[in-house]
Amino acid sequence: MNQSAGHSGSAEAQSGIVVRGVHRSFGDFVALEDIDLEVKPGGLTALLGPSGGGKSTLLRIIAGLDYPDRGAVEIGGRDATFLPPQRRSVGFVFQHYAAFKHLTTARNVAFGLEIRKRPRAEVHDRVAELLELVHLEQFADRLPSQLSGGQRQRMALARALAVQPEVLLLDEPFGALDAKVRKELRDWLRRLHDEVHVTTLFVTHDQEEALEVADEIVVISQGRIEQVGSPAQLYDHPANEFVMSFLGPVTRLGGVLVRPHDIEVLTDERAGAVQVEVTKLLRVGYEVRAETRAQDGSTPWVQLTRAQVAELDLAEGATVWLRPLVATPFPAGSPRAPEPVPA
Amino acid sequence: MVDVRTVAPAPVDARVRRARRRTTRTAWVLRLVAIGYVLALVALPVASVVQHTFADGLGPVWEVLTSDDFLAALRLTAVVAGIATLLNTVFGVGMGVLLVRYRFWGRRFVSAVIDLPVSISPIVVGVALILVYGTYGWFGGALEDAGFRVIFSVPGMVLATVLVSLPLVLREVVPTLEEAGIEQEQAAQSLGASAWQRFWRVTLPTIRWALAYGVALSLARSLGEFGAVRVVSGSVAGESQTLTLYVNDSYQEFGPDAQRQAFAAAFVLMAIAVALIVVIAALRPQEERS
Ligand SMILES: Nc1ncnc2c1ncn2[C@@H]1O[C@H](COP(=O)(O)OP(=O)(O)OP(=O)(O)O)[C@@H](O)[C@H]1O
Ligand SMILES: [Mg+2]
Repeated sequence: MNQSAGHSGSAEAQSGIVVRGVHRSFGDFVALEDIDLEVKPGGLTALLGPSGGGKSTLLRIIAGLDYPDRGAVEIGGRDATFLPPQRRSVGFVFQHYAAFKHLTTARNVAFGLEIRKRPRAEVHDRVAELLELVHLEQFADRLPSQLSGGQRQRMALARALAVQPEVLLLDEPFGALDAKVRKELRDWLRRLHDEVHVTTLFVTHDQEEALEVADEIVVISQGRIEQVGSPAQLYDHPANEFVMSFLGPVTRLGGVLVRPHDIEVLTDERAGAVQVEVTKLLRVGYEVRAETRAQDGSTPWVQLTRAQVAELDLAEGATVWLRPLVATPFPAGSPRAPEPVPA
Repeated sequence: MVDVRTVAPAPVDARVRRARRRTTRTAWVLRLVAIGYVLALVALPVASVVQHTFADGLGPVWEVLTSDDFLAALRLTAVVAGIATLLNTVFGVGMGVLLVRYRFWGRRFVSAVIDLPVSISPIVVGVALILVYGTYGWFGGALEDAGFRVIFSVPGMVLATVLVSLPLVLREVVPTLEEAGIEQEQAAQSLGASAWQRFWRVTLPTIRWALAYGVALSLARSLGEFGAVRVVSGSVAGESQTLTLYVNDSYQEFGPDAQRQAFAAAFVLMAIAVALIVVIAALRPQEERS
């Protein structure tokens, strides 16, 4: 499953997460179906999948906030299946921060250390260090209600890091934030991870977030793992139609799934090209989205630049021929479609 | 650059001013009615108690307040209300956590049953207690054989008081617990906190204002309880007479001395109630702010 080499840099011994045959159902509904997964030590791994796919359930089982019907969880080489959360050495960051509302930022971060009865001076120094790491030094004495969403999220991260967990689990850490803050925090998380190197597994249903930040992506859907690999592997060599359509834009041309930017537009008929009529030219920022209709009634669309449109002299109503630039990346007939299977 | 000039405020149209004025004539009438109603219902009786209490000056009042019977009643009230409130607080917090955090069979039934004692008349509560714990009740005989007397003694009075104020703490705590959700506790758990540490460091601080409010309410209710306690106490002066019973018994005795005792004790009860209301009012905004 893990093809690429281990994370670079850190010399200290690190612990990964191993999940073996984990199964979890709620009544008749199977949320996780015999999941096998290895999360590399020191890596930043994304758990990506559509809503209801079982991401949170898996993360909660790893954290010990839920228990599997069967299967085992190992953290840092030790069996943790039946350990309570407080003995797993896991840092958990909730989507909605779960800040201790009655404590200041500094006391929030200090919580785990105070529980461990560390000397006051040590707690103080460590908290100061962490607040600096997450750029919240000047907010140390504020209550969570006086922080912005992004600041609260960073506080939650510092709080989880304070106790030096072996692994860090983040459940949609930026899910509740607006697009711009999300992007900033995403870059920041990447940099932070390069500094701290703690094995990190984060849940997201945003493929862009996963592609940009993660060393490795685990695609999960309907309680099953679809594919594990580096962002490039997944994007270029998706294992099936589901992964391909989940990781980026797709369109169907002549019955084959292709990326709309991997389509060649021709003004004359050639072998392997499909004749279509341009129905609409839609400018989206610096790109143009050309919607077309083929004779078989299908409506493939192509992603072009404005320069390309000008060069081809494309206009609505024109007849052109479309041809995929790359071969279908996965063997024909791989079954799973992106639509959810009706229960 | 923005050109900054001081401009005289443009005159506002009279119609705009009228529309902006929040208090219409109807609102004034409604206010007067509300104030009049509250005055007639609360302020007048309170004022009359104060007036009767101090009609002959401070001397006689002081005499009552230092009399043995009054002090015994005051002590008994403090003991009964204190124990009852303590029990209700422990019960309210424990039950609140149980009802909100756990789904168990019969949960809704339990929740409904807890409201029962406050919805039925205190007299009925008192009578029911006698039927269960009285000498000829279900357990009364057995308990008395074991040397433990419930009815006509302090345990019975505590029991009656607990029952009539049973859900007051619980009902304050439950919405706060529900609103806070379970994530903070789970976060604490993953940070290494044991169940006990989670309770002290997360749950309790989360509900503290609601709890304080519930305790104040429960204490006020316990101090003022009359009906149920009357039935189970026997009301022997200096022995099993709480302040409310003292007021009642004195008032029903004729003669100026007895009347004075009744009013002085009533005044004390009222003063405590007012103090509690002030505490409650001070706690309310705290709770809303957090
Ligand atoms: N306590 C529960 N009881 C019953 N069903 C549950 C419970 N928790 C989760 N499920 C179901 O399990 C499935 C997976 O849920 P999960 O929360 O893991 O999804 P997710 O991948 O995290 O989705 P999202 O991206 O929306 O957070 C969902 O269909 C959900 O309805
Ligand atoms: Mg989720």
